[in-house]
Amino acid sequence: MDNLLTATNLRKYFPVEKGFLDRLLTSQKSFVHAVDDVSFSVNRGDILGLVGESGSGKSTTGRLCLKLIEPTSGSIMFEGVDLAKLHGEELRRFRKNMQLIFQDAMASLSPRIKVGDAIKHALSFQGVGTASEQTERTRAILERVGLKPWSNFYDRYPHQLSGGQRQRVVIARALVLDPKFVVADEPIAMVDVSVRAQILELMLELKKEFDLTYLFITHDLAMANYVCHSIAIMYLGKIVETGSKEDVFSRPLHPYTLALLSSIPVPDPKAKLERIIPKGEIPSPINPPTGCRFHPRCPYAESICSEREPQLEEIKPHHYAACFFPRHS
Amino acid sequence: MSMKKEKPQGRILVQLFPSLANLASRGLAGWAILIGAAIVAVMAVMTVVAPWISPYNPIAINVGPILSPPSAEFPLGTNHLGQDMLSRVYSGGAIMFQVAVLSVIVCLVVGVPIGLFASYLGGYTDKVASLVMDSIYAFPGLVLAIAIAAMLGPGVVNMALSIAVVYVPSYFRIIRSQVLTIKELPYVEAASMMGAKSRTTLFRYILPNVIPSIVAVATINFADAVLTSAGLTFVGLGLPVSTPDWGWDLTYGRRLLPSGAWWVIAFPGLMVVLLALGFTMMGEGLSELFNPRLQK
Amino acid sequence: MALLDIESLVVEYHTLRASMKAVDRVSLAMEKGHTLGLVGESGCGKSTLGLSTVRLVPPPGKIASGHIVLGETDIINCSDEEIRKVRGKRVGYIFQDPMTSLNPVKRIGAHFVEMIHTHEPEVSDQDALKRGKDVLERLGILPERIDDFPHQFSGGMRQRVMIGLALALGPDLLIADEPTTSLDVIVEAQIIELLKELKESLKLTLILITHNIGIVAETADRVAVMYAGRLAELGQTDDLFEKPMHPYTQALLKSVPNITKKGQVLSWIPGAPPDLAEPPPGCLYHPRCPHAFDRCKKEEPLLIKHNGSQVACHLYDKR
Repeated sequence: MDNLLTATNLRKYFPVEKGFLDRLLTSQKSFVHAVDDVSFSVNRGDILGLVGESGSGKSTTGRLCLKLIEPTSGSIMFEGVDLAKLHGEELRRFRKNMQLIFQDAMASLSPRIKVGDAIKHALSFQGVGTASEQTERTRAILERVGLKPWSNFYDRYPHQLSGGQRQRVVIARALVLDPKFVVADEPIAMVDVSVRAQILELMLELKKEFDLTYLFITHDLAMANYVCHSIAIMYLGKIVETGSKEDVFSRPLHPYTLALLSSIPVPDPKAKLERIIPKGEIPSPINPPTGCRFHPRCPYAESICSEREPQLEEIKPHHYAACFFPRHS
Repeated sequence: MSMKKEKPQGRILVQLFPSLANLASRGLAGWAILIGAAIVAVMAVMTVVAPWISPYNPIAINVGPILSPPSAEFPLGTNHLGQDMLSRVYSGGAIMFQVAVLSVIVCLVVGVPIGLFASYLGGYTDKVASLVMDSIYAFPGLVLAIAIAAMLGPGVVNMALSIAVVYVPSYFRIIRSQVLTIKELPYVEAASMMGAKSRTTLFRYILPNVIPSIVAVATINFADAVLTSAGLTFVGLGLPVSTPDWGWDLTYGRRLLPSGAWWVIAFPGLMVVLLALGFTMMGEGLSELFNPRLQK
Repeated sequence: MALLDIESLVVEYHTLRASMKAVDRVSLAMEKGHTLGLVGESGCGKSTLGLSTVRLVPPPGKIASGHIVLGETDIINCSDEEIRKVRGKRVGYIFQDPMTSLNPVKRIGAHFVEMIHTHEPEVSDQDALKRGKDVLERLGILPERIDDFPHQFSGGMRQRVMIGLALALGPDLLIADEPTTSLDVIVEAQIIELLKELKESLKLTLILITHNIGIVAETADRVAVMYAGRLAELGQTDDLFEKPMHPYTQALLKSVPNITKKGQVLSWIPGAPPDLAEPPPGCLYHPRCPHAFDRCKKEEPLLIKHNGSQVACHLYDKR
């Protein structure tokens, strides 16, 4: 097991901006506990799915891994390098090892830069090769992601492409630097349903070709099931269950995972679904519930759940859950 | 290539500078730009060729009877010094154009860098710059311009400077709000992801997307400069008497009104209004064109 | 007698570039108490179709031809006053984004009062609020919350409020346009369960507009599939999922992941939907269809009956 990236006790708290009167009358600062003591590792060649709903902290975790934001505490080790120790020029150069595929392709491309140039910038910012070599590589990667012939696309502006084409440009830009690790943040959420699988297939092919490791952030469990090898389920800033895809989705341990799985709409009118839909909604991450964060909505909660916080424990071989009463389904 | 219908919540950001031919197809905003630009262009050309097309020397006195109404010989009449109004109208815009162009250049050179750097760097730089700019902005424009012009004295450059000082805060505000918005956008994050240096991010990712709003402010700046320079001349802070200038004519024209000589104030006044209108139409058209909310 | 009868509806968008048919000769009938799932991808015209039923198509869109009859009312040709009586009272509409559909400076109670007063001005404020509270309770919200402002509700609660407002006047028909798209998975399931339950208890007639085939599978009696403004297939839910007829429906179903199916291989549809300003001749789907033959490129397929459903495809037209 070769650990490419290891996150240890990651925390990220965002201060809450208070109104003028609140600042006068109350002295305590409040924080959004976006990521609250999260630890995991990603093995080389793995596709880890970070699955959760809004407020789970999955996007923030992804950005922490890429050092786009600084953790409040905790560390990230990438191939043995402590990311906290990287700054300035060294950090800038290090960036070519890890890249991000954005959710909103349109918003992640400058509207005034041709898509070909946008990709080429990655190479020129990192000083890879001569200008003509950079152009060559850009043309090649455009074709590799399916935008053939490159001449039809290089000089286009983002608004001149379809949603699927834009997403390919974003993928091309992420891969042109030949990174080792790619974080994909909801890469297909804004792509049409009938084209999603094509983008996913492309990402899987490129993984083999470029020897990549993916961190796949999504709320779409069905897609995570299709593409990922391992899964980590997040709820309100914590990882509540992790394991292989088969373990987590077929034999879920944590009641939240169960709830998620039973809530997914199934495109089959004859499917007999046992719905265990918890009541209520995700509480505010500013004041998370005491003890187990899921306990107010958990159908199996007992008194201990509101008093102590369960830690991630290996309930079954290589299958972890943070629950005092894991389900053995 | 197929065009997807953009989702309403999709961010359709600024598009390219449209070529002139494209403008007419952009609806009302496009027409506003074309018409406004046409007005300004015609008046600029008129000012430039004035020496060749003026029937008389605009500053020569007594070329005709004093205060004669519009006639065949003097289509726009004469003023109290016997000067031909038509010739004065042809060349009267020269000063205004110079003042307007100069003030815009000063604003761009001073206002844009301050706006860009202050908002990009944030922190104290931003706080201090905002404080200074807001203080200037709090003054009524014309009053401040008059005060500064009074201190600096007459002359084209001084007029331009006083107008520029009044206008820089507007540039600063617009640029600042744009930069603050754009800074948080995913494509700026993408630039960081690729390892762009701060300077590169600012100049290649942020600035190009701020330029359209700068252009919109600049055109309104022109319009305002035209009106303010007329105003400054009106209160006597403009230029020496000898130069033909619509503002000057407005001043004297007003005094001549009670005696019934309406033509001295009317035609130069009309020119000032037209020029300001031309610039304003361009500016409003450009603002609307580049405003993301109105894109379909 | 059908509650809602849409016949050969054409809705056009006129831009300087071209005229496009957002909805092209679509015919549908809704029986009382039934649920129709209207599915399709972005740009297929499903939202436009929904808005047409209450004459709310925004300009530059315009209903060009066809008939829409709700009970006895001719929706397209009736007066402005009559259509206002229809909106809210006879047709309840749930929009996609509850955040922007609610007035942030008005309490929820005020929303209810305004809604009820528009159609029943004689009702007192007190009675209107009482009705609002009853509705909220029915939807699982504490009645006291009628005095709260929209921002005090979470996303799912806001959507429940929207559903409540849509149902406040007891409409005959409820149209929900992407009601769960902006919601999280679990809340989405809650809302779908709620809609199912209301369907049962209130005997609602519901048109559910969505791109999510999954929620249609469990809520709808019938499914209508739209592509590029036209109706591709219309049939009973069970039939459509088990034996989809139109190649687009088939391809669409194969591109949607089913977590209960082991070892599923997802496929996709190559190409992209047509540019409605310059549509291809014949069948709009033919450039992407694996079964296209000569006739498809020349002749537009009409909606025909086949095996109890309706499909617009030459493969089933043995003429």
